[in-house]
Amino acid sequence: MSVKHHISDAFLIDYASGSLSEGWSLAVASHLALCPDCRRRLSAMEGAAGALLDKASESGDEDVAWARFKTRAIDIKAEEIRPSAITPKSMAVLPEPLRSYLGGDLADLKWRALGRGAYQILIDTKDTETQVRLLRIPAGKPVPEHTHEGRELTLVLAGSFHDGDELFARGDIEEADGELLHTPTATDGEDCICLAVTEAPLKFSSWIVRLMQPILKI
Amino acid sequence: MNKKNSGGLIADDLAKAEMVRLLSIVGRERSVDAFEAIFRFYAPRIRSFMAAKTKDRQAAEELMQETMTAVWNKAGQFDPARGNVSAWIYTIARNVRIDAYRRKRPEFDFNDPAFVADDVAPADQEFQQLQEAQLLRGAMATLPEEQLDVLRRAFFDDASHSTIARDLGVPLGTVKSRIRLAFEKLRSTLEGRL
Repeated sequence: MSVKHHISDAFLIDYASGSLSEGWSLAVASHLALCPDCRRRLSAMEGAAGALLDKASESGDEDVAWARFKTRAIDIKAEEIRPSAITPKSMAVLPEPLRSYLGGDLADLKWRALGRGAYQILIDTKDTETQVRLLRIPAGKPVPEHTHEGRELTLVLAGSFHDGDELFARGDIEEADGELLHTPTATDGEDCICLAVTEAPLKFSSWIVRLMQPILKI
Repeated sequence: MNKKNSGGLIADDLAKAEMVRLLSIVGRERSVDAFEAIFRFYAPRIRSFMAAKTKDRQAAEELMQETMTAVWNKAGQFDPARGNVSAWIYTIARNVRIDAYRRKRPEFDFNDPAFVADDVAPADQEFQQLQEAQLLRGAMATLPEEQLDVLRRAFFDDASHSTIARDLGVPLGTVKSRIRLAFEKLRSTLEGRL
């Protein structure tokens, strides 16, 4: 069972360069954990970055720089390779880094009802640009109404959903933007669990603007 | 591979193989002499990388020193089967820069039980990595300037693809397609290697 729907080059280069914010990066990194193909694409990007590094040069006084380095750093002892913080269980459904953000695997989660049999868990990040949540959609039901303007990433972790003619199963990631009208629906037979990252809704402090929001559709 | 470039590529490849050798000596023996050669090669490059975003020489110098300290400390973790030295050092410099700007970049974990390992295991990965680095450099040299420019802005200036579009004053789709075309070219070169 291999991944069919991959992350785009545009998202991946932002992840490779480190300019992608935390919320989007969480979805991209969790997809990479499940997708060897995209890890190979990431390596090629980092290889390209390395080739650009080879060509760069900003001269300085290398003797001074080296002398400084030697006096400061050489006594520091080598970093030990630490085993990962969470003792690996023999089985896990949710991949890292997502599992650590949630503080446990599927069985440990505390879901909050969204209505119509759907559940969610909001995931806290430091980034104000995105809203990150884990969703559980009952088998055969559509993803609850989630108006979003701008980009959205949805990573399937268990079960599957279809959107139009396309089927998204474990490891598959769907990219959507605000212009695309789509109604993902969980496949019959199994609840669908997915990570959804959307652009954070704009928050207005002024009550006038808030009142106007539905009228202006902003 | 272009005939007239082959001399330069061979010299580069020797330098690449030498960097792998030096880094593994540092990893095993903490050899200061071996590290000095790595330092003198990469220090000006990382300084340039850091200066692209900070625009401040002193800050760039500090971040370079911090990066080289991390390279010294992590040398034993470098796996020549997983990538070449320049790519590895790039990722360390990138992470130093992310920390300096107090951002967070979640990463996958090779030891995670849910991690899906790659079932393609080539016979001699270290050799293959050197070969890939050579192919990549050859293919980079053939990219049109407008694509290279986007890659430089992404990797050096730390600009997202939407920031690049804004800075260049071109539609987002144009930047996306330059990125896609550049990596399609690089990937097809790598895939056609055997």
